[in-house]
Amino acid sequence: MSAQREHAIVTEDLSLWYGDFQALDGVSTRIRDGVITGLIGPSGCGKTTFLRCLNRVNERYGNVRTEGMIDILGKNIYDDDVSLIELRKSVGMVFQRPNPLPISVYENVVFGLRIHKRRSELSKSVLDQAVEEALGEVRLWADLKDRLHDKETDLQLEQQQKLCIARLLPLKPDVILMDEPCSALDVEATTAVEELMRSLAGQYTIVIVTHNMAQARRISDDCIFMLLGNIVEQDRTEDLFLNPKNEKTADYIEGRYG
Amino acid sequence: MQLQRSKWKAFSEGLIEWTIRVSGISAVVFVFAIFIFVFWEGKGLLFSDDFSISELLTSEKWDPTHTPPSYGAARIILGTFSVALVAMIITVPFSLGGAVFISEFCGPRLKEILKVVIELLAAIPSVVWGFIGLKITSVYMKELGADAGVSLLNGAIILALMSMPIIVSISEDALNAVPDSYREAAIGLGVTKWQMVYRVLLPGAKNGLLAAVLLGMGRVVGETMAVLMATGNADNNPFSSDAPFLDLLVSVKTMTATIAKEMGDTVNGGDHYQVLFLLGVLLFSITFIVNLTAHLVIHGVKRK
Repeated sequence: MSAQREHAIVTEDLSLWYGDFQALDGVSTRIRDGVITGLIGPSGCGKTTFLRCLNRVNERYGNVRTEGMIDILGKNIYDDDVSLIELRKSVGMVFQRPNPLPISVYENVVFGLRIHKRRSELSKSVLDQAVEEALGEVRLWADLKDRLHDKETDLQLEQQQKLCIARLLPLKPDVILMDEPCSALDVEATTAVEELMRSLAGQYTIVIVTHNMAQARRISDDCIFMLLGNIVEQDRTEDLFLNPKNEKTADYIEGRYG
Repeated sequence: MQLQRSKWKAFSEGLIEWTIRVSGISAVVFVFAIFIFVFWEGKGLLFSDDFSISELLTSEKWDPTHTPPSYGAARIILGTFSVALVAMIITVPFSLGGAVFISEFCGPRLKEILKVVIELLAAIPSVVWGFIGLKITSVYMKELGADAGVSLLNGAIILALMSMPIIVSISEDALNAVPDSYREAAIGLGVTKWQMVYRVLLPGAKNGLLAAVLLGMGRVVGETMAVLMATGNADNNPFSSDAPFLDLLVSVKTMTATIAKEMGDTVNGGDHYQVLFLLGVLLFSITFIVNLTAHLVIHGVKRK
């Protein structure tokens, strides 16, 4: 896909307002391709807003105004000629609470294919193969291969969240955005999903918002610390946690506020 | 500290509780009382030797004032069902489309305006709808070829308009009840608005939508005045004519209209009087089944 480019996402002077409230204030950053980038910061710092800009799901609420530029894989996604449908196909999103659709496991996985491909391209064997591959990649295949036609509500939360990751994969996204994907999960499920994220890194560029600093430290390669709608510090994760250059970063990661 | 509650408080609370309980139960009592009353008024004929229930249901000859009288309500029953069917065919796509538009596509201000207007539509008395059917829509029916203008299609159009508010507002509630997380999931995967509607919202809200349609149907089947005025109330069988399946332009009778029109001419307690009550029992049973189905469908949603 992306021919050895260094940065998957580049933003320049990105500002965003919800009505009169400014949530992002001139965010400029570069997010490396094929690694996991963690977004940390206290509640209300704009990290989720920033994440939701990257596939423009923010705009479903009418009162959002955005300025600046986001370049994803060489294209400014705020250009007028951008197809939101294609954008969201290549920039997938995993939400805070697992939100599989109220259809079977199988249909959840192939949902993306069904909406993006013509019916004639989707023979049963194509779909079956996509399901096996996607579930295999998120390590659900062994557990669910006999339950593909069960309702998604019969699954455990961990399985649901993995399913939500699996349904992105048949579309071959370049970027996967994750908004606190483990906050609804228990410790073991969190470990399992984190392992999954590590195994997906490299193939996909992953941007993850997390409240949990230990998690950011465990799984991310790079880390961005945000405060009041802006980026305070961005570095390799180990450097950011071991040698924070900014005092505010140091205070936050030591838990002096947050 | 005074832990003992006063006698008066205990009494008044008990009184309030009982009042509420009685009002709740009274609804059930009234429904059964009405059913029993209607049945009681018609039962004499039902069990008499000159009368057969199969004749009532299958014979096409309705001539209650002739001697000997004929009580064949088949045309009336067919009339009721065909008007209801055509009305539902007209109203369901528009109502569901309207509900989808109001709940998903329009801005908040337009949404408020539309909701108020649709509620206003529900407030129009049925006799006024009857006027519209008699004097306005019937003109177009004449142009289509209906002799008198008033016809099956005419009645169905009026009923479609009348049942629209209830279907729209209940469907809209059902669509609003679809969790927002489904919408986000689908948007995140890149659905178009249309794909969102038919792949996420309609399946997600299907029970509520079905219930809305069934409640609308209850209204359509039970409506009297408007349908009496708009269909023309002539004794025809809409299925037995030159038209391929259903003759839309023929004037038909419905059960409700027949009861309303003929009840005044009957002798209290006479056979004609009793047969009209039997039609009432039949109608009541139909609307009861429709509403019960709607209830079971809604209940199915809750259990999930």
